Amino acid sequence: MEDAASRINEPSLAERAYRIRRNAVRMGEVQGQGYIAQALDIADVLAVAYFHAMRYRPEDPAWEKRDRFLLSNGHYAIALYAALIEAGIVPEAELETYGFDDSRLPMSGMASYTPGMEMSGGSLGLGLSIAVGMCLGLKRKGSDSRVYTLFSDGELDEGSKWEAMMSAAHYNLDNLIAIVDVNNQQADGPSKQMMGFEPLADKMRAFGWFVQRVDGNDLNAVVAAFDAARTHEGARPRMIIADTLMGKGIPFLEARERNHFMRVDAHEWKLALEALDEGRRA
Amino acid sequence: MKPVSNTTSSTAAKPRLTTSAMIASIAAEGQRTKPAPFGHALIEVARQRPDIVGMTADLGKYTDLHIFAKEFPDRYYQMGMAEQLLFGAASGLAAEGFTPFVTTYAVFASRRAYDFIHQTIAEEDRNVKIACALPGLTSGYGPSHQAAEDLALLRAMPNMTVIDPCDAHEIEQAVPVIAAHQGPVYMRLLRGQVPLVLDEYGYKFELGKAKQLRDGADVLFISSGLLTMRALEAAKQLEADRISAAVLHVPTIKPLDVETIVETCRKPGRLVVVAENHTVIGGLGEAVAAALMRARVHPAFHHIGLPDEFLAAGALPTLHDRYGISTEAICASVKKWR
Repeated sequence: MEDAASRINEPSLAERAYRIRRNAVRMGEVQGQGYIAQALDIADVLAVAYFHAMRYRPEDPAWEKRDRFLLSNGHYAIALYAALIEAGIVPEAELETYGFDDSRLPMSGMASYTPGMEMSGGSLGLGLSIAVGMCLGLKRKGSDSRVYTLFSDGELDEGSKWEAMMSAAHYNLDNLIAIVDVNNQQADGPSKQMMGFEPLADKMRAFGWFVQRVDGNDLNAVVAAFDAARTHEGARPRMIIADTLMGKGIPFLEARERNHFMRVDAHEWKLALEALDEGRRA
Repeated sequence: MKPVSNTTSSTAAKPRLTTSAMIASIAAEGQRTKPAPFGHALIEVARQRPDIVGMTADLGKYTDLHIFAKEFPDRYYQMGMAEQLLFGAASGLAAEGFTPFVTTYAVFASRRAYDFIHQTIAEEDRNVKIACALPGLTSGYGPSHQAAEDLALLRAMPNMTVIDPCDAHEIEQAVPVIAAHQGPVYMRLLRGQVPLVLDEYGYKFELGKAKQLRDGADVLFISSGLLTMRALEAAKQLEADRISAAVLHVPTIKPLDVETIVETCRKPGRLVVVAENHTVIGGLGEAVAAALMRARVHPAFHHIGLPDEFLAAGALPTLHDRYGISTEAICASVKKWR
């Protein structure tokens, strides 16, 4: 499993993304609530990261030569757990423990709880600074491992993100791939109304980054973006801006407003899984 | 605290003291000093330890880290004037197996970057050593640069070891010790020409250990950092008033050496005076008081520390007198309490 190429086609990335969504919905049902809309929007990106781009060993999550994945937006833990389960790093049976006392899968991601969780996020704005240090450390060691970090558009409000963006370019961190989930939803409302961050790609290019902006729910586009980010030859940090749809894959959740922290009625979880199955057949 | 007029007759007789700038030494006139003990000690350890790297946020020169930078330019990371990035990146380097020694001013670590230290370093138990200049009241710039509350803030953080060394001798000894310690450490730093005092007492720094530097029958000073230097000096001066004072130096604020402190306080008939270069809230004084209460040891107790207010700008000798942490002020307090 450590060779990314062996993971490309079988099962397909679409199937991986389906299973990640399914795992996330099942965890959502366990708690009856959660950041399920975010998990659904980012599942395609995580499928490409874990089953196309990244180098890792499921049986050895701390393998020195692995690519690192830093989840800055700790509330997306449900999404990452879903991917870690699909990748075989976390056993599927633990899904039933999600969010309960003494679980290794707490609601907000923490490094010390979960195999494959590289940082304690949740206090938003931390991940990119840690990523900068990891990239510097990997370069010191002469390692060719990469650091992937995922953060949300809302985190762009945090000043520390911009400190880290400047420094990543200053230190020519070509081993850094940052993914921004632009789902335009944060706690108090649409991200762009909370604090305008556009034109993000132009800003980041001006900061010295290699920037791509893609439909984060178009698997082919996401694959192409990860490939270009990995093969780009400039000594620059790389950013993939992924425009995504909250609740993607479950039409009645896609249509729901105020979906940052979603309450789903008990009978709806079954409907959600059925909607995913329907999408898979289509 | 508002500025005091300097045109009164009492000040007219004295030379007008200039503001104590960042590079001001806290050494008294004629006191023995050593230059940049932190920087030189760090170089020594780093020669044996290739995992050690240096990081700062535009304060390399003002924390003596420039000496390390000159010796090991490729192991030195200038992070710009960005303390949140500084500590987050230190966590990342530590995650990759390096041991970052990170410097800035105590105000910026303890106040501006608190959550970054809390979440990326302490919560993840990363092996990062934070060394901060201008602890307590060691700058005349006012509250922007006076970290009167740094010990209280860092003490409250789980996993964090907190030390407040007294002089150049202790800083030199502490650097290799904290480098060998596994886990995050916050160390208060005296930089530039740093007073040299504890070598005369045959003192050896041990992490987590309080040490009695002199004995005495009437008063027991319990002190850390700069105030140990002052307590030793005060103890000498009080001899003229036939007051015999012991000094227990407590460089490790956390974990506190409760056993030694309590046992030393059990000796009857002594006035216990905790002296610290820190606000009276949440530092060594309250830690000692709580330890004594828990142990049901109740000596007569006094506390010398900075008042719970925003401190004034000006010259350090003036400010130390005003807030009661100069040697003269300490002597006067003790005589009043006795």
